[in-house]
Amino acid sequence: MNAPTRNPEIQTRELSYAEAIREAMGMALARDERVILMGEDIGVYGGAFQVTGDLVERFGPDRVRDTPISELGGAGVAVGAALTGLRPIFEFQFSDFATLAMEQIVNQAAKMRYMLGGEASVPLVFRMPAGSGTGAAAQHSQSFEAWFGHVPGLKVLQPSTPEDAKGLLLAALEDPDPVVVFEHKLLYKLKGHVPDGWYTTPIGKAAVRREGRDLTIVASAIMVHRALAAAEKLAEEGIDVEVIDLRSVRPIDHETIIASVRKTGRLICVYEGVRTLGIGAEISAMIAESEAFDYLDAPILRLGGVEAPIPYNPELEKAAVPQAPDIEAAARKLARKEV
Amino acid sequence: MAKDDNTPFAIRRYDAETLREALRKMYLIRFFEEGAEDSYTRGLIHGTMHLSIGQEASAVASCLPLTDDDKITSTHRGHGHCIGKGAEVGRMFAEFFGKEEGYCHGRGGSMHIADVTKGNLGANGIVGGGIPIAVGAALTAKQLGTGAVTICFFGDGANNEGAFHEALNIAAVWKLPVVFVCENNKYGMSTSTERSTAVKDIAQRAAAYSMPGVTVDGNDFSAVAEAVQEAVDRARRGEGPSLVENLTYRWRGHSKSDRNRYRTKDEIDSWIARDPILRFREELAAHGVLDASGADAIEAAARREVEDGIAFAKGGTDPTIADVTKYVYAEARS
Repeated sequence: MNAPTRNPEIQTRELSYAEAIREAMGMALARDERVILMGEDIGVYGGAFQVTGDLVERFGPDRVRDTPISELGGAGVAVGAALTGLRPIFEFQFSDFATLAMEQIVNQAAKMRYMLGGEASVPLVFRMPAGSGTGAAAQHSQSFEAWFGHVPGLKVLQPSTPEDAKGLLLAALEDPDPVVVFEHKLLYKLKGHVPDGWYTTPIGKAAVRREGRDLTIVASAIMVHRALAAAEKLAEEGIDVEVIDLRSVRPIDHETIIASVRKTGRLICVYEGVRTLGIGAEISAMIAESEAFDYLDAPILRLGGVEAPIPYNPELEKAAVPQAPDIEAAARKLARKEV
Repeated sequence: MAKDDNTPFAIRRYDAETLREALRKMYLIRFFEEGAEDSYTRGLIHGTMHLSIGQEASAVASCLPLTDDDKITSTHRGHGHCIGKGAEVGRMFAEFFGKEEGYCHGRGGSMHIADVTKGNLGANGIVGGGIPIAVGAALTAKQLGTGAVTICFFGDGANNEGAFHEALNIAAVWKLPVVFVCENNKYGMSTSTERSTAVKDIAQRAAAYSMPGVTVDGNDFSAVAEAVQEAVDRARRGEGPSLVENLTYRWRGHSKSDRNRYRTKDEIDSWIARDPILRFREELAAHGVLDASGADAIEAAARREVEDGIAFAKGGTDPTIADVTKYVYAEARS
């Protein structure tokens, strides 16, 4: 199942991940006057990564709204707007800058419904360009999925394909609660099939990107592609790897992962965030507490970011997060029972 | 009697029924908070509370220009704003007592009581947390053309938070219909404005964001009403935000942990002598709106309403333990 089977009735085209996100936002703006985009330099500049692109020309500066460089204020304005009837999509220029707005995301947006006993709703999407690999060093390259995944009240998504980038963004927009979408910067130019029209990808559902018998890799965002590359190499050696694309960090799809581990008996978690106290810890613990534990034939491995900020030097930067050869080596060892 | 230029603004502007209702709300705030404090002392409720006794004119007069379609955001010292915007004390006490009948079904407590249906977007446990949210509510009004105005309450302590400065700037740049009402009660917990704030009057901050800023006697009902009414009218005309600073004082400590070591008894007494409720009563009497017996009747009725509210709360339903994660997310649509 290298390529997902497609319904021939549904028209698809090749779009990049960034184009797919822009298409979703354009459809949302056209369909619902309550939808507004907010963020730094998302208007005529087109966004730091050209994701909003020309949307300001189609919808005007009131609906594609450049904010001052005020992450806390801007995010809080988006919270208040969502609370009172708009459906804002707020772009952080880099997910790193969300640290300036943690108060509004964590104390306000995430808790408003609960604090008010279900009497209020904050239907708000935060878009977060994330991850390393661009040479932008320590303050522009982080992966905070696990941080936000630790906050009840938020939903946290990590699309890895253009199709999911559009479908998950539209699902986030339809969701009545705040959703944080991490977009990996290295994926923006990735091309793939994207269906026409309005569709949603279910939140909280992982995708099996490659079926295999010997070993399960649960990966997220760009790590899905690195895991798939590793799986192809290992297939040449007769090691049959199953690759699961997590897609949603909160909620996590326990069912798909448990079913896979019951089948393969081996699990590697691959993620870009710092390895300690990360997504892999949660998935490992979840498996240890599940019926899949009895099916394990080997220890669970975690591959994640090293215990350091993301460095500038390109070789150091590559070494700071898992690469395809690292995944391949770890999987080989695990499959050969060398762990 | 003739309502000439020497007549206080509130008497000139509002009818007798509105003014009597305002007095009733001020008494409700006073007795609600005394009732909350008493319930705490008796061990009937837990946690903490931030009382606004002495600040009632600011809350009620500021909400006077608003309809139920207009919004407010409030603070950790928010009971007065909540009553000012039309909440019932029975459901407020029920929230304090942690009951399902409370406005937040017992999940919010003192620091989050709000009647959302009356346009109250919530008290807030984070100093300055509500300020950008108020600006967001004003953005909705402008974007959808609803005509609604938002009043953003905050204390002197919040004026040194980054959220305050970012939000005022955004409101001014986008010319949004929001009125920032600073209740300057002289202390952020124990730290005086002299020790915390570089400007003498917080209203001076408005100049940095090209909006009008005025400082008024926050214990003078009419002075607050006039300043806020003018700011609300301006916002409704589409002329953008304003900042109104109400100088006032909390008679009680910051919260239940306060030992009052940063201020003197003389200072507290001097402010108790400027009781905003008594001043408003005297003003209503002096201008023939309400005599002493009429005011006494309102006072007594407010007292009964608070007693009834406490009784209602005591008889409330405790939340089901299994519902501890209810309201984290919207219920799944079936």
